Amino acid sequence: MAAPGRTGGRPLAPGRPRTGRRALLVPGVLAAAVALLALVALGLGDYPMHPGEVIAALGGNQGFASTVVLEWRLPRVLAAVVFGAALAVSGALFQTLTRNPLGSPDIIGFSTGAHTGAIVSITLLGSQLVAEAAGALIGGLGTALVVYLLAWRGGVQGFRLIIVGIAMTALLNSVNTYLLLRAQTEVAMAASIWGAGSISLVGWQETAFTLLPLAVLGLATAAIVRPLRQLELGDDAARAHGVAAEPARLAILVIGVGLIATVTAIAGPIAFVALAAPQIARRLVRGAGIPLGAAALTGALLLLGADQVAQHLVPGAVPVGVVTVVLGGIYLVALLVHEARKHL
Amino acid sequence: MTRHADHAAAGQTPPASASAGQASPPAGRLGADAVTLGYDRRIISTDLTVAIPDKSFTVIVGPNACGKSTLLRALSRLLRPSAGQVLLDGKAISSYKAKEAARIVGLLPQSSIAPDGITVVDLVARGRYPHQGLIRQWSATDEAAVAAAMAATGITDLRERHVDELSGGQRQRVWAAMALAQETPILLLDEPTTFLDIAHQIDLLDLFADLHEAGNTLIAVLHDLNHAARYATHLIAMKDGRVVAQGPPAEIVTAELVHRVFGLDCMVIDDPATGTPMIVPRARRRGTGEPAAG
Repeated sequence: MAAPGRTGGRPLAPGRPRTGRRALLVPGVLAAAVALLALVALGLGDYPMHPGEVIAALGGNQGFASTVVLEWRLPRVLAAVVFGAALAVSGALFQTLTRNPLGSPDIIGFSTGAHTGAIVSITLLGSQLVAEAAGALIGGLGTALVVYLLAWRGGVQGFRLIIVGIAMTALLNSVNTYLLLRAQTEVAMAASIWGAGSISLVGWQETAFTLLPLAVLGLATAAIVRPLRQLELGDDAARAHGVAAEPARLAILVIGVGLIATVTAIAGPIAFVALAAPQIARRLVRGAGIPLGAAALTGALLLLGADQVAQHLVPGAVPVGVVTVVLGGIYLVALLVHEARKHL
Repeated sequence: MTRHADHAAAGQTPPASASAGQASPPAGRLGADAVTLGYDRRIISTDLTVAIPDKSFTVIVGPNACGKSTLLRALSRLLRPSAGQVLLDGKAISSYKAKEAARIVGLLPQSSIAPDGITVVDLVARGRYPHQGLIRQWSATDEAAVAAAMAATGITDLRERHVDELSGGQRQRVWAAMALAQETPILLLDEPTTFLDIAHQIDLLDLFADLHEAGNTLIAVLHDLNHAARYATHLIAMKDGRVVAQGPPAEIVTAELVHRVFGLDCMVIDDPATGTPMIVPRARRRGTGEPAAG
């Protein structure tokens, strides 16, 4: 992405950047894994199917099997893949910008703010999808804006963004607790379920609702990749190369927040995918910086996998957000231990 | 130190223009016109006018906090003057599109960050950004520029190495190569030798001297006055945000100037290797090698 390398061709081209083999191989393997897992996931449930039957059902005209696959299971599987990818790219953008593996939208207060917005909206308007989504969007975007402005000091630095975000998260968490304690039981229940992050209620309508904004944001991400790679070099070098650093940074933040906002509006805060996927992808590819494509595929794989665990492995089925929190917690501890060892 | 000796033998200095007298420097492509520079409310320079002679190796010297790095930041578009203009080819540099200006004026910043796990060739290739667009991405021209930049800085053999595993001297060469790959006729260098040992400092300065000989205009901020006097064709001495003196080192470097600018008592003698002025601080005490008299 920095400079597209080409393999093959003249063997001795000293000036040609080379895309490592892993940079091509890893996304390929990840994509295959996502496709395979999606096929398996479409067959799982009270009406189990072999992958072969799933493929036949996907073509339609298979009566009940097609209804199960196309109407019941496909929206959820598609949502897991797309939402996972969107969360991962959002995290990758934040982590690259802040140069910090903790710099995800989870950490800088977006999700908690979205939860606040959802609780307020459920309290005032009742548990309706559109109201919840709108409340979450307003709460999340408002929080992101406040954090950005508070962190502003002639420009925004990654580290200040994280510190302000952590403070804002703590503040809003106590606000959320207060609101839930004050609320009526059914409101608190609905808000808590939303707050756990779930895609169990996602149907075609909800999926379709998110696909357009996510596609637009995906294209915007592709357009911003090259300035992003320049910003990795530090502001001075980026600006010397002709990047308008501050507008580019703002655009990247807007895209990152937009991605997570779209997902959160529908699914609630699904923790840790944005945090973990970019770092896992970086370790798999071992190239320069965080690879956005591999991160997206890793996120898709993570969320799809976590949703299968939430649906089929845990007795009684839990929201997928619960599974990602557990997985993410283990990951975070491992990351911190690893980083601590490296620095001691 | 053979490079050093070769360089001395080549007799780059004193420059031919030394006899031209301390007239006003020839107007160049880049300059500052009555600029006021500062950060937030702290003003460093007011009404500062500087012209960089074309094809010169201009070195800006001065004591700490004299505004030399600030001037360099303004010339490289990193700092916008609060009054006045930085001019490039007679037009305000702020009126250029960012990428357009970046194809004419390059910068080796004081500190840059190498992304984790990046290889030398990938990092150097990032200097090609201003020549690329969404449509026209990687081309044979880019490839040739990157190859030439790595050859000029002597890092071709390191191309597949990870930048984080290189020594400080090698790494600075990689950053220099990235700036070279930008292929700008004017290159600004912000304290390029600061964290290097003496051998790597001379090595890098020789490299810049070669670039200057190849027809590039270089503007550097250097701390070491002797390095400045040896390598510069045009020296700008600053103090308290003002230009105190400018011209070829052979003409302007005197004990009086060094005292005025740095407040240092010194002798100025001929550099035995190059014949350029060399500053020898006066001793307030004898060397420790011999017992003090009395």
